[in-house]
Amino acid sequence: MTDRRIRVLIAKPGLDGHDRGAKVIARALRDAGMEVVYTGIRQTPEMIAEAALQEDVDVVGMSILSGAHMALFPRVMELLRQNDMDDVLVVTGGIIPDEDVPALNEMGIRGIFGPGTPTDEIVDFIRENVA
Amino acid sequence: MSEQEERKSLSERRDLWEETTLQGSLDRHPERMAKFMTTSGAPVERLYTPVDTANLDYLRDLGFPGEYPYTRGVHATMHRGRLWTMRMFAGFGTAEETNARYKYLLEHGETGLSVAFDMPTLYGYDSDAPEALGEFGKCGVAVSSLADMEVLFDGIPVDKITTSMTINSPAAVIWAMYIAMAEKRGIPAEALGGTIQNDILKEYIAQKEFIFPPKPSMRLVVDTFEYGSRHLPRWNTISISGYHIREAGSTAAQELAFTLADGLEYVRWGIERGLDVDEFAPRLSFFFNSHNDFFEEIAKFRAARRIWAREMRETFGATDPRSWLLRFHTQTAGCSLTAQQPENNIVRTAWQALAAVLGGTQSLHTNSMDEALALPSEYAVKIALRTQQLIAHESGVVNTIDPLAGSYFVEAMTNRMEEETYQYFRKIEALGGVIPAVERGFFQREIAEAAYRYQMEIDTRERVVIGVNELAEAEPVRIPLLEMDPAGYERQVARLEWVRRERDSEQVGATLDALRQAARTTENTMPYILDCVRAYATLSEIMGVFREVFGEYREPTII
Repeated sequence: MTDRRIRVLIAKPGLDGHDRGAKVIARALRDAGMEVVYTGIRQTPEMIAEAALQEDVDVVGMSILSGAHMALFPRVMELLRQNDMDDVLVVTGGIIPDEDVPALNEMGIRGIFGPGTPTDEIVDFIRENVA
Repeated sequence: MSEQEERKSLSERRDLWEETTLQGSLDRHPERMAKFMTTSGAPVERLYTPVDTANLDYLRDLGFPGEYPYTRGVHATMHRGRLWTMRMFAGFGTAEETNARYKYLLEHGETGLSVAFDMPTLYGYDSDAPEALGEFGKCGVAVSSLADMEVLFDGIPVDKITTSMTINSPAAVIWAMYIAMAEKRGIPAEALGGTIQNDILKEYIAQKEFIFPPKPSMRLVVDTFEYGSRHLPRWNTISISGYHIREAGSTAAQELAFTLADGLEYVRWGIERGLDVDEFAPRLSFFFNSHNDFFEEIAKFRAARRIWAREMRETFGATDPRSWLLRFHTQTAGCSLTAQQPENNIVRTAWQALAAVLGGTQSLHTNSMDEALALPSEYAVKIALRTQQLIAHESGVVNTIDPLAGSYFVEAMTNRMEEETYQYFRKIEALGGVIPAVERGFFQREIAEAAYRYQMEIDTRERVVIGVNELAEAEPVRIPLLEMDPAGYERQVARLEWVRRERDSEQVGATLDALRQAARTTENTMPYILDCVRAYATLSEIMGVFREVFGEYREPTII
């Protein structure tokens, strides 16, 4: 662990405007001492990968309710790889059906947090998993 | 004894009770918590007595059902005369799949339809637009042209049943598709009854499905007011919605205050257009959330009617009593549902629905137990619909009107809701009105604060959520979930391509050009939109004209 504060990008991919969860998590991570950048809504995979690069973040957190994750997440992961950001911890939350979890893990998304997750569980997960 | 003396003596008796009986009891058995609060975090006292409703004047503040100020209900007989409309919000995948769901719901006793559109439709994109990647049919049904609308309502008697459509930025276009669909079946527009949500202000505040900047968006809304008042007398041209504000995390009082503030803003815009308030106000309708806190919700509904009636009569000088009525649809709180132990959601939904009925709702959607996991399955949605039918026919609560009136607690809470609403009205006014407050992020910040506070209360277990922070189970409870037709997307794109191939492209071009011209002036756009729709111009094409003329809005990003 270095002294550098953990930098997190919270992103809302796709058209989904349900931003309650993203905002709550952004604040919880900030209150836990992390530096948080929130993209706002309606982000394409390209915008998310670009913001991750520009902001030089350690973590990308994507919040999604719409069900478009299986179309959007692989593209985000691919673009992060192209930006040599393979080491970035990618986590997600929202409405993610159980049967999608293995495929998401496979593509490198490590923390998947469904409804009802306490915010400190997410804080702990990030602290433990940021290289 | 005079009334004042009686109250004084009662107040002294209460003090005495506190010092003796109560204190004795507290000494032996302290209460379970240091403070009791509503779902919104508002304090709740141990006991309410006539002292708490001392200023209540029956005729001034409550009155009789069907009479000003309508606190007790908008109709003289309320649910004894007519039950609320049982209207389940539904839509997924293609128009075919959703049409089958509507028929299933009607077969099981639903009395009104409510359309959920998918994300691309809500943002004015065709299903095959690049922006729609991965979103087709996920959160609702895709409607990209009149052809989809025709399939969606195939075999459904739209002249007899009312349809509510949850559509905002593209509301005028989707409404035009509905009108054109009926027209093709020989049903005239004036025979159609229903609602378009069309509430753009709450999109900036909470739901976030805006496209254009606020002012041109408001112009489109007023175009529908004007058109509806002249051609579709049975249509509610707006459903001014607190539901999404609440789902985004607001308190009950914020939901009420922001929704009514939005409503008053629409009235101002209508009047500014030159419409007589009584020409359009009777077709304004409302939509509220019914969350967990039973009495708080009932108080909110009652306060809503009283405030609206007063503002319409006193502030805007409406003289038609129909302009004073706050008629509303209710949906139980989606955000109260848990993914854990989903069957518990049946119970939560039941008492939320009961609160809506006791609050005097005109229409109701009850959430299905599986909605924290997916769109509802047939099995889950039937239980949700049955919940309403059980309340209507077995609980007995519909037998008398506004049975909670006169409850010291409910009346005190109703008054508190009203006071908080006026406090917010003053704050909004000080910021320059609703639109400047949106642009400065006022509502968004208030809601984000409340949402965070609520989450912290759950995280610290100050607030109990059964199955989540109390009585959690290690092994997840699984229920069957909806499975969508995997071939749906191909079918949808095939229909869109067929439409683009078969239509008269010159006519499409001409109607879109005419719309573009009208959009640049102050002319009412509705007749032009109808012409585009009849020519089978697609949603992307029509909304593209407005995108070009009005530009797109970017919101201030607020955490």
